Amino acid sequence: MDLRLLINGAEHRLDVEPRVTLLDALRERLQLTGTKKGCDQGQCGACTVHLDGRRVLACLTLAVQAEGREVTTVEGLAEADGTLHPVQRAFIRHDAFQCGYCTPGQIMSAVACIEEGHATDDHSIREFMSGNLCRCGAYPHIVAAVREAAAEMAPMREAAE
Amino acid sequence: MNNFEYSRPETAEAAIAAVAGDAKARFLAGGTTLIDLMKCDVEAPTHLVDVSRLPGLDAIEVGPGGIRIGAAAKMTDVAEHPAVARDYPGMREALLLGASTQLRNMASIGGNLMQRTRCSYFRDPSYAQCNKRKPGSGCAAIDGVNRGHAILGTSELCIATYPGDFAVSLMALDATVHVQNGRATAFPIDDFFLPYGPSPHIEHPIGRDELIVAVEVPASAAARRSHYLKVRDRESYEFAACSAAVGLELEPDGRTVRDVRVALGGVASKPWRARQVEAALRGKTFDEPTIRRACELAVEGAKDWGHNGFKITLAPRVAARALMQVGGLE
Ligand SMILES: Cc1cc2nc3c(=O)[nH]c(=O)nc-3n(C[C@H](O)[C@H](O)[C@H](O)COP(=O)(O)OP(=O)(O)OC[C@H]3O[C@@H](n4cnc5c(N)ncnc54)[C@H](O)[C@@H]3O)c2cc1C
Ligand code: SF4
Ligand code: FES
Ligand code: FES
Repeated sequence: MDLRLLINGAEHRLDVEPRVTLLDALRERLQLTGTKKGCDQGQCGACTVHLDGRRVLACLTLAVQAEGREVTTVEGLAEADGTLHPVQRAFIRHDAFQCGYCTPGQIMSAVACIEEGHATDDHSIREFMSGNLCRCGAYPHIVAAVREAAAEMAPMREAAE
Repeated sequence: MNNFEYSRPETAEAAIAAVAGDAKARFLAGGTTLIDLMKCDVEAPTHLVDVSRLPGLDAIEVGPGGIRIGAAAKMTDVAEHPAVARDYPGMREALLLGASTQLRNMASIGGNLMQRTRCSYFRDPSYAQCNKRKPGSGCAAIDGVNRGHAILGTSELCIATYPGDFAVSLMALDATVHVQNGRATAFPIDDFFLPYGPSPHIEHPIGRDELIVAVEVPASAAARRSHYLKVRDRESYEFAACSAAVGLELEPDGRTVRDVRVALGGVASKPWRARQVEAALRGKTFDEPTIRRACELAVEGAKDWGHNGFKITLAPRVAARALMQVGGLE
């Protein structure tokens, strides 16, 4: 089927079978390989992207289900001049990864977690980030990065309200 | 995953007609379990009819008598609805303790109710035996690893546990499931989940082409004082080893039970209402010894299948703890 997908602000046209997931469309058709394939069955969070501003799993979303929606991937987080998103900066500062494979999913999830207002304390961060597994066990640094990014983003979030 | 046709009709009637007219067609909502099972080669529909954008199907309507939740409403949106937080806190907890935020942002209420009662052998077609996946083939779990399986409502044909949380809270709150199939039909939630009989692969009283349109939950004092406790092997993002949905209304004396609701998850073949426990508590003084004694009744007739006997000890404790928490005794 002929699809138009709006990804990171740009429109892409592609011809895919209905069975193609958003994850495979991003990685294999559009070369947006920042979004990772971990389990490919909804269990690890590596494929987390935003659909209309909400975090979802790209491996269980059909590309066709994203039609007419706004898709944001990790490639779309930084500003046009390359300035990294506060969450990306916090992950670097806190060394919140080891192999880095889960990191794009962690970051997309963390951005949403903060915007949802769930990054209030460590317990809540752990609970609302639990859909993102890290085989390397970088959790303590991930929690610290999310906590710090949430504090940094608080004035911006208040201004937006 | 097999290939399939995809369509997105604009009305419920057209969606129902599309599924009715094609024996291998299925409704698609969030896709979080259907797409997963298709990837495992357990499901192989050749036509998916997307109902997730049907106009109005995601509405949440609040009235004095209760709340009506549209089948396409997302788990997140229901959990975050202010009326749910205020009047149905146990339902909110059950939603928020299920899956992960990503999945709850995708998953619909209708799809949630239709998630299969399943086990890991069901998910893996390399096991030849599974009466749910292949009726008549046997059950790999009965002589296999069955730590997660059910102790209540099982049969010699299937011992899979109903895995969901939300429906357990609905069971405690006497919800009704509204279905459309040419004519409108409503099922009390307990009847919407069939007990295991000779056909464990049939889990609901509705056909493939019948569309859930809404779930209605009556308002009650017990719903306003409701709670969901989920105990599991890891703290989050895990199915229940045992869970309890409870609701409580005390007499004006503040200690005599007027109305109490107890439903269990993670231990039975369907969301399990523990009516014996409720009967043993109604009219009694709400204190720990009475609660613990009553909760033992929850596992009357329970069966240990080899690895899951611990649930017979666990379930009464989880029910009692949930009641004590909601009643302010813990
Ligand atoms: C990793 C993981 C962890 C999970 N953990 C939990 C958990 O802890 N607790 C929990 O409760 N659940 C859990 N789930 C299950 C999850 O809640 C369900 O997958 C989800 O609710 C299904 O909703 P959906 O909209 O995605 O359904 P879909 O996958 O789109 O559909 C599921 C089924 O429902 C049918 N259907 C959909 N809408 C309708 C309708 N309106 N009328 C009739 N039939 C319909 C479809 O045809 C299909 O057969 C988990 C899932 C995953 C993948
Ligand atoms: S318990 Fe049920 S679902 Fe699991 S293998 Fe046995 S028949 Fe299949
Ligand atoms: S790749 Fe999607 S959840 Fe693991
Ligand atoms: S950094 Fe390796 S999986 Fe998380």
